Amino acid sequence: MSSSGKSHNNKEGYFLSINQSGKAIDKIVKFILLGAAMFTVAAIAIIVYSLVSESINFFQHISPLEFLFGTRWAAFFDDKAFGVLPLLAGTMLTTLIALGFAIPVGIGSAVFLSEYASTSLRRIVKPILEILAGIPTVVYGYFALYFITPNLQTFITDLSTYNALAAGLAMGVMITPTIASLTEDAFYSVPQYLKAAGYALGARKSQVIIRIVIPYTLSAVFAVIILAMGRAIGETMIVAIAAGLRPTLTLNPFESIMTMTAAIAQAATGDAPRGTVEYTSLFAVGIYLFAIVAILNTISSYLKRRWEIKYE
Amino acid sequence: MNKAALIGIIAAVAVGITIGVLGTTGAFNWGQSANPSITNTAATQQPVQEALKLSGSIVIDGSSTVYPITEAIAEEFSKVYKDVNVTVAISGTGGGFKRFVVNETDINDASRPITDKEKEAASSNNVRWLGIPVALEGLTIVVNNSNNLLECISIEQLREIWKPDSTIKYWSDINPSYPRQEIRLYGAGPDSGTFDYFTEHVVGKARASRTDYIPSEDDNVLVQGVANDRYALGYIPLAYSEHASDRIKILKVSNTNGGECVYPNNDTVTQGKYPLSRPLFIYVNYDKLQSKPELKRFVEFYLENAKSAVEKVGYVPLPDKYYEEALKAIKEGRYSANDDTTLVNLYKNIK
Repeated sequence: MSSSGKSHNNKEGYFLSINQSGKAIDKIVKFILLGAAMFTVAAIAIIVYSLVSESINFFQHISPLEFLFGTRWAAFFDDKAFGVLPLLAGTMLTTLIALGFAIPVGIGSAVFLSEYASTSLRRIVKPILEILAGIPTVVYGYFALYFITPNLQTFITDLSTYNALAAGLAMGVMITPTIASLTEDAFYSVPQYLKAAGYALGARKSQVIIRIVIPYTLSAVFAVIILAMGRAIGETMIVAIAAGLRPTLTLNPFESIMTMTAAIAQAATGDAPRGTVEYTSLFAVGIYLFAIVAILNTISSYLKRRWEIKYE
Repeated sequence: MNKAALIGIIAAVAVGITIGVLGTTGAFNWGQSANPSITNTAATQQPVQEALKLSGSIVIDGSSTVYPITEAIAEEFSKVYKDVNVTVAISGTGGGFKRFVVNETDINDASRPITDKEKEAASSNNVRWLGIPVALEGLTIVVNNSNNLLECISIEQLREIWKPDSTIKYWSDINPSYPRQEIRLYGAGPDSGTFDYFTEHVVGKARASRTDYIPSEDDNVLVQGVANDRYALGYIPLAYSEHASDRIKILKVSNTNGGECVYPNNDTVTQGKYPLSRPLFIYVNYDKLQSKPELKRFVEFYLENAKSAVEKVGYVPLPDKYYEEALKAIKEGRYSANDDTTLVNLYKNIK
């Protein structure tokens, strides 16, 4: 529009027409952009619709109580059972292992990068860290199966070849860069004057970190952790390869387990015919998983917003 | 345009061209390297004219166990009959039959005979079929290499271990002299014909199995599991366990407790001495076999080349005479609809 303003005192009609076509273009662009934005909303609506409509089928055969609190999952056997608890336990177990690894390592490297590392070192280490986030998860899966598990087996002798621990650790490595990178961004945003005030009062570096930087960024760090947790819960390939596909109601990390995502992958790629209970079970598990991740993401964005309102 | 973007575009175009060229020259044709030379003497004797005039497509689905044989043969077939498009998919025996009985596929690879239910589904869709045994296979029972507890296991013991609600959890539950260590079980995933076969022949009821074992449709996953798990026990097709015999231990199997223990190998499987030996099949759409010349030629080609393909991929071939007789029967149209026992009896009578 700036060009029309520049030559405002020329022939009015001529510029009016340009102005109008410019407005039309503006409208078209706005419409296209609106379409792009609406696409994501529509995609979610369609996904929710397909999950709900197919799982209605499922819940006509299996009661929600049986699904939510059943302790046995055997979708493809003669004696079928659709209790989701073993899958939920598997998902929670691998996710907790992943977080147990990724939180200390991720936050530790964030503290190091933002507070201790020199600018040049930071410039080298941070991109390397972020490369980890770009490795395909199938690679992590085989990394768990052929590297982590054999190494663990040298000192945990009764570790199953397919186990929750190795899958969880690989997942931990996978989400570490997410935690490290986003936490580091939060640490970096701590105003210099707050830190300077701390130092002026004679605080050591570690005291500044523990008393000022971390409390200041606490809700942002929680938001990051919950975001990473959502990723771990939704991870499929690593657990499908390395965790064993055996639904087990256990919190023993040395056992073979099956996660919700792995169960969905198995049902979707298997030869279960459309419309059967075992086929629709994948949508029921999917909607449960979707609900969990949606709640976590909501908590995460709530925490992030609260942090932003408070300090920015 | 900045320099980096320009370099990026040039690099992308260069990679694209390279892949395109390699693709068309066949240098990237990974699938073929697996089975470089199946001797297809019979095929080359076919008149070139016939090869030229056959065209169309053949759709095959079914068992992952039979897949390697069919795939090897399909590749050779495509080299001779370039206008015939053969696709081989893996959906498991049962999954493949679901497509076969609604006339979606021409051939179904099967690691077990067609079930009564599948027969009914076929006839209600007016699909007629012909079952042709193409190879033999022994299902092996394997344990970890360091396992010195046992050399032989009986079908009865296996049934006790694998039946639904089995109470066997530790090795000591099988035999009190064994250590009280948890048995880690590995077996075929529920989509595989091997699972159908094992549950039907060992447990006694199709698809009835305990569920707290580690399942996979990929037999290499099971090999890897048993090889690294000291207290593992699993069942794996002979073709896979034989290749991994330096990493896992194959047990002898007896029909009854205290019965004769038989080690699975080509001889014991061919003679039917090994309790868990089974034929592998292809099921062909009966009406299409008559109406589609390319399909008829493919089935003939299959039987002509079955022996070498079967040996190549590690299964046990049927007697030479069987392949000859079966080929003659197909060529001369001596077969009937909805039949898979005539040809089974044929090879049984030969041995």
